[in-house]
Amino acid sequence: MPLLEAKHLGIAFGGLRALEDVNFQLEENQIMGLIGPNGAGKTTVFNLLTQVYQPTEGTIELEGKSIIGKKTYDVTRGGIARTFQNIRLFKDISVLDNVRIAMNYQMKYSALAGILRLPSYWKEERAMTERAMDLLSVFNLQDLAESKARNLPYGQQRKLEIARALAASPKVLLLDEPAAGMNPTETHELMESIQLIRDRFSISILLIEHDMSFVMGICQRLVVLDYGRIIAKGSAEEIRTNPKVIAAYLGGE
Amino acid sequence: MGFISQVINGLGLGSIYALVALGYSMVYGIVQLINFAHGDIIMVGAYAMFLLLTLAGAPLWAAVLGSILFCVVAGVFIERVAYRRLINMKAPRISLLITAIGVSIFLQNLSQLLFTSSGRTIPSMFDLGTLEAGSLQVPSGSIINILTSVAMMVGLSFLVNKTKIGKAMRATSEDADAARLMGINTNHSIAFTFGLGSGLAAVGAVLYCNTYPMITPYMGGLLGLKAFVAAVLGGIGSIPGAMLGGYVLGVAESLTKGYISSSFTDAVVFGILILVLLVRPAGLLGRNVSEKV
Repeated sequence: MPLLEAKHLGIAFGGLRALEDVNFQLEENQIMGLIGPNGAGKTTVFNLLTQVYQPTEGTIELEGKSIIGKKTYDVTRGGIARTFQNIRLFKDISVLDNVRIAMNYQMKYSALAGILRLPSYWKEERAMTERAMDLLSVFNLQDLAESKARNLPYGQQRKLEIARALAASPKVLLLDEPAAGMNPTETHELMESIQLIRDRFSISILLIEHDMSFVMGICQRLVVLDYGRIIAKGSAEEIRTNPKVIAAYLGGE
Repeated sequence: MGFISQVINGLGLGSIYALVALGYSMVYGIVQLINFAHGDIIMVGAYAMFLLLTLAGAPLWAAVLGSILFCVVAGVFIERVAYRRLINMKAPRISLLITAIGVSIFLQNLSQLLFTSSGRTIPSMFDLGTLEAGSLQVPSGSIINILTSVAMMVGLSFLVNKTKIGKAMRATSEDADAARLMGINTNHSIAFTFGLGSGLAAVGAVLYCNTYPMITPYMGGLLGLKAFVAAVLGGIGSIPGAMLGGYVLGVAESLTKGYISSSFTDAVVFGILILVLLVRPAGLLGRNVSEKV
């Protein structure tokens, strides 16, 4: 059984059919790339997978259970976390608290224990902070834990978004253009970090990215979207030589 | 009365403004709504006190707790019924504002229907007489007000900065969409904020009734407006700002009463607002947000 499966997924905004008959499967521990020209509907797929939008047709199943109609926060709690194309950190909150906020729903202590500072509160808070620092250190952000998120340079804000999404303990991590605006060195580091977190947290990753060397270097499987439809699926090598894909990117007969 | 007593009295009055201002500020911070019905929560709290003390004959502590609890429930209920759908559908702010004004008028009319428009008198509550220290004479009410407001403020900062519901509130106020995608039930954090704000307004109502035992269905109007001024003066959205704004306003009022004329106090209060905003448009502790272009 695939970890995440979309079947005949489609959404229309008024008369515009933004996505039509989208089918794909994400296996456990797989890194899959979602590529396509601008406006192909890639971020819309993410918005459907997190139920920010409701699909007008088709189903999405996580571990065999439909997530359609769930609240966005329940989808996250169920195991799908994401980052954003345009960074959406909690800018005026510290780096550490950005990460800890995503762990909020996993905290078990009662409000009373929180107010009275019972041992259960301290124990959980300490464990949470340790885990948060650990996640930050994966991206080499541990020394910036107390800075406000807005004061981080761009590349580190992107990394912090990934750390924050990981803090929600996802089974599936959705990365929306994680390497956008990064220089080649940063991109290379990011590739290593993404492979590292896949192995360390045994999660599956679905990512949108325009940087082809990044996508080809890291993804075991690719799905290509164009005008809201899947035009090709396969390994990096198969996609690279697929005439439909070349036509979609370069224009063609 | 000496200058210092005037200032302490002003701080006592300002404490009430501050407690109510906190509700305006927190709600604005989380949903960018100026909740004009917030002032009327003071009236709701005052009438709840009145009913519990006179009709039900409840002991003072039970009346105070009951009134706070009632306001918390009322605040959450109002958010659920009147605002939530608008917030979740991302309605324009002006629709929310008009709804809030509607809720305010509704509450005033409802209370007029139930209790008539003539005022009621609340039986005296905690009165420890006048405290004296040397030549200094201060009514105990002012001291009680100041201590209560400071305690509330400490508790609130703690709640907002250190607890998980506080973190959820801050995340929701920064970016509700992103917060939902981090597993936070933003409806809960918004409802909690309304409940918390209303509870603080009820504490304000209790203190107000202790000092001015006359209550009417319209008492929330000017009191709420002044608390709103306090929130804007301090920098709306900022919790310490709301407190500071409340104290500044209270002291200004008290000094105007003492040294100029008691009929001139409101002019001074609103004059201060205009002056401060001319110099610091975001309020005393508000952050000037300059957009990068």
